[in-house]
Amino acid sequence: MGSTMSSWMLIAPELFVTAMACAILIFDLFLKDDQRDLTYLLSQVTLLGASLLTVRLAGESNVAFEGMFVLDNFAKVMKLFIYLTVFAVFAYSRRYLMERGLYRGEYFVLVLFAVVGTMIMVSAGNLLTIYLGLELLALCQYALVGLQRDNGTATEAALKYFILGALASGMLLYGMSLLYGVAGTLDIAGIGNVVTSIGANDKVLIFALVFVMVGIAFKFGAAPFHMWVPDVYQGAPTAITLFLSTAPKLAAFAMAIRLLVEGLSATAGAWEDMFIVMAMLSILVGNVVAIAQTNLKRMLAYSAISHVGFLFLGLVGGNLNGLSSALFYTVTYVLMGMGGFAMIMLLSRAGFEAEEISDFKGLNQRHPWYAGMMMILMFSMAGVPPTVGFYAKLAVLQTVVQAGHVWLAIFAVILSVVGAFYYLRVVKVMYFDAPETAEPVPSDSLVGGVVTLNSLAVLVLGLSPGALMSICVYAMQGLV
Amino acid sequence: MQELPILSLAIWLPILTGILTLLAGEGRPQLVRWIALLGTVLTFVITLPLYSQFDASTAAMQFVEKKPWIALFNINYHLGVDGLSLWFVLLTSFISVLVVVTSWSNVSRKLAQYMAAFLIMEGLMIGVFSALDAILFYIFFEAMLIPMFLIIGVWGGPNRVYATIKFFLYTFLGSVPMLVALLYMYFQAGQSFDILTFQDMAIGMTAQTLIWFAFLLAFSIKIPMWPVHTWLPDAHVEAPTAGSVVLAAIMLKIGAYGFLRFSMPMLPDATRELAWLMIALSLIAVVYIGLVAIVQEDMKKLIAYSSISHMGFVTLGLYLFNKAGMEGAIIQMISHGFISAAMFLCVGVLYDRMHTRLISRYGGVANSMPVFASLMLLFSMANAGLPGTSGFVGEFMVILGSYQVNPWFAIAAATTLIWGAGYTLWMYKRVIFGPVANEEVAQLKEANGREIFALLTLAAFTLLMGLWPAPFQEVMHASVDHLLGQVAVSKVLP
Repeated sequence: MGSTMSSWMLIAPELFVTAMACAILIFDLFLKDDQRDLTYLLSQVTLLGASLLTVRLAGESNVAFEGMFVLDNFAKVMKLFIYLTVFAVFAYSRRYLMERGLYRGEYFVLVLFAVVGTMIMVSAGNLLTIYLGLELLALCQYALVGLQRDNGTATEAALKYFILGALASGMLLYGMSLLYGVAGTLDIAGIGNVVTSIGANDKVLIFALVFVMVGIAFKFGAAPFHMWVPDVYQGAPTAITLFLSTAPKLAAFAMAIRLLVEGLSATAGAWEDMFIVMAMLSILVGNVVAIAQTNLKRMLAYSAISHVGFLFLGLVGGNLNGLSSALFYTVTYVLMGMGGFAMIMLLSRAGFEAEEISDFKGLNQRHPWYAGMMMILMFSMAGVPPTVGFYAKLAVLQTVVQAGHVWLAIFAVILSVVGAFYYLRVVKVMYFDAPETAEPVPSDSLVGGVVTLNSLAVLVLGLSPGALMSICVYAMQGLV
Repeated sequence: MQELPILSLAIWLPILTGILTLLAGEGRPQLVRWIALLGTVLTFVITLPLYSQFDASTAAMQFVEKKPWIALFNINYHLGVDGLSLWFVLLTSFISVLVVVTSWSNVSRKLAQYMAAFLIMEGLMIGVFSALDAILFYIFFEAMLIPMFLIIGVWGGPNRVYATIKFFLYTFLGSVPMLVALLYMYFQAGQSFDILTFQDMAIGMTAQTLIWFAFLLAFSIKIPMWPVHTWLPDAHVEAPTAGSVVLAAIMLKIGAYGFLRFSMPMLPDATRELAWLMIALSLIAVVYIGLVAIVQEDMKKLIAYSSISHMGFVTLGLYLFNKAGMEGAIIQMISHGFISAAMFLCVGVLYDRMHTRLISRYGGVANSMPVFASLMLLFSMANAGLPGTSGFVGEFMVILGSYQVNPWFAIAAATTLIWGAGYTLWMYKRVIFGPVANEEVAQLKEANGREIFALLTLAAFTLLMGLWPAPFQEVMHASVDHLLGQVAVSKVLP
């Protein structure tokens, strides 16, 4: 009985967010449209509450419900990152949603349920738990992408996303069922033990691994399973795109760690090779195709693909260094991607989406401060010091070199020069071109303030990345 | 006694001043100018003790500051100067004052951002010359590109976007392989990025060769050497005057400095093995680029090519592995810092008045601007290597050094005196002498006080260095000896 009690204690944050999401769902029905800020505030309070609950569990490190649920350092750190990013997502999205008639309770409820999904994935100790979290997250995402019902492209994006997502889920499930066949258990730790004993050369096991990898790659949006990324990122309302580039990426990372590092570490040789191939493809496709884009959202989507490639480089090493550098890269990417999409929202008004690169023309003359912030973000994505993007690249390259793949590091850095070209183009239009419109930049102190914090964080973390790196190492320590 | 962290101050003071000018805003140009001037003058004053307190008897690093920075990767905030870098720090802080003075009134658009870009770049360049941690070096090395990218792109000429993107991508492409090489060495050195540790550790021959080429790409693009020089004429032509000055006087030196600090002491075997390549490329640069310079119709382009040719002289001197060659090369770099800065300023003075840099639009400028004409004559002579000016000292020493190695090298190198005299004096003649070309030239106003001040200061240094080079040389003897010793000793384990 006592152990069950403590089990409930350990999932307190999940329970809290779920309960609050349900409460908000009902509460929102009684609100008039001009009272929607209450929903917004309640959602933010939910995230704050969840953070407090998670922090309160700081000392705890345990499994609950017979290993279905794991609460370790990794889970806690990932959850805190997720709360933080979603908190920022809500703040960024408020005005954008209002102006487009999307400022409704569903948005907040769906995002909160998606957060629950990510939390379950992060803490999963069992294949079923992973799948449960994954589907909860995915269903919320499909609905979010199609939230703007009267928008054709958004609906199309939602449908594409749903079909491809269902396919990927099926692949993952197939891989999981094969794993169950091999190991005779759904428990990840148990699978880990069996796999170690039967060795990495088992054909069925490798077959299962391939399907699991496909599922992971799809969730990350890594090439060659990246086709949905540009369409969905472009088609979805920018506030949703912003969300898609944050918490789900962190959850995908957690899923990869749980499945591969905890469950299948004995096959590390095999999945490392697959990561190398996918990393190279992603970096190549992402960087080269991004050059041809004129739509900033699409460009950022391809840039996301290339960033995932870099992130995978960190997983190649498979040791503590590598995994923490991959986590560092993920967090950094989330920070940068969020800032990039937020800038688009900042410049957009009702009826006008500033999503073409040319919409940023002459921003330095219209609003030098925002131009400066965007410049920091772009240079960070390109990996130019002294921004945090440089350290993220340095950290993963360090792993790759340590693993003896110097050629891979050279491949990655040469293509990052290609990548620099399209990031520079954004800086170029902001600083060197004359503005097309004299219209003032929409003033939005909330978004402006968060963008400023976000971009300055990119710079400050670049000047002293030590603390964040230590957190990443701390999160990974128990796993390797 | 708690010593003043001179190097840190020299790096961060300009950067903070740059941020201050940004905060002052675009509405108050006069305030921005004074802040910028104060910042650069103060930085210059701060760097003076580097020379006065420098101990020339040792090759050890001086004014060292070392603090842990990113503990996880063992990256330190490690600064210091020796005889190789001392003059570059001083040159940077000195040229930056002139940059502010000469940009005083000829920048009308976004002045605060302009000054901020130059001030931040000053700090970063001083950082490059004093970093003793490879990652710290790399950060300064790369971060420098951002302000320069903006300077050319925002305040540059009509073709500036092409030039600035070319500049950025070329130099970025050059430096990223270096990053991988540094990471490799990091593991070889037992997880340390300390440059001095890199210089002491053994590396196998294959690795040395590969790393050497990675460094070569990074530094040869920066110098730039033939055949990766093509970004430089574009960048110079489009850059505003002060941008060209900084580019020629300081940024080009960073490439050569990289050879001195990285390639030669860290990879002595590969360096000796491949010196022929460097010498060949250098001689091609000296002769071929010198000839290319002669046919230029744009004054800035001409001086840009002349810079490349002079830098060829520098790399030639470095890879001769004798004292005359190496010291000559360093002297040549410092001297080129003064002369090229002055030449670009001269072109800038003319451009501000006539808004063209085409040589054919000028003629007979001496009639309306006699003071300016005589100052420019001095710099043209110095650029051509006239004895008594700083241009001669370096060239003479390098030719002397190359004669010791192979008389043919000396003969090929010495032709630079002919090419240099050819393109510089011919340009001077066409622009300054002869009949007054047109109405515009006749109406030219004499250089103003600020311009003359800047040119006179540079003239003083050009002459001082030409007539009495000892103060410049003395501080580098010990470090050059030490470096030559490092190059001579094999690091391949038997």
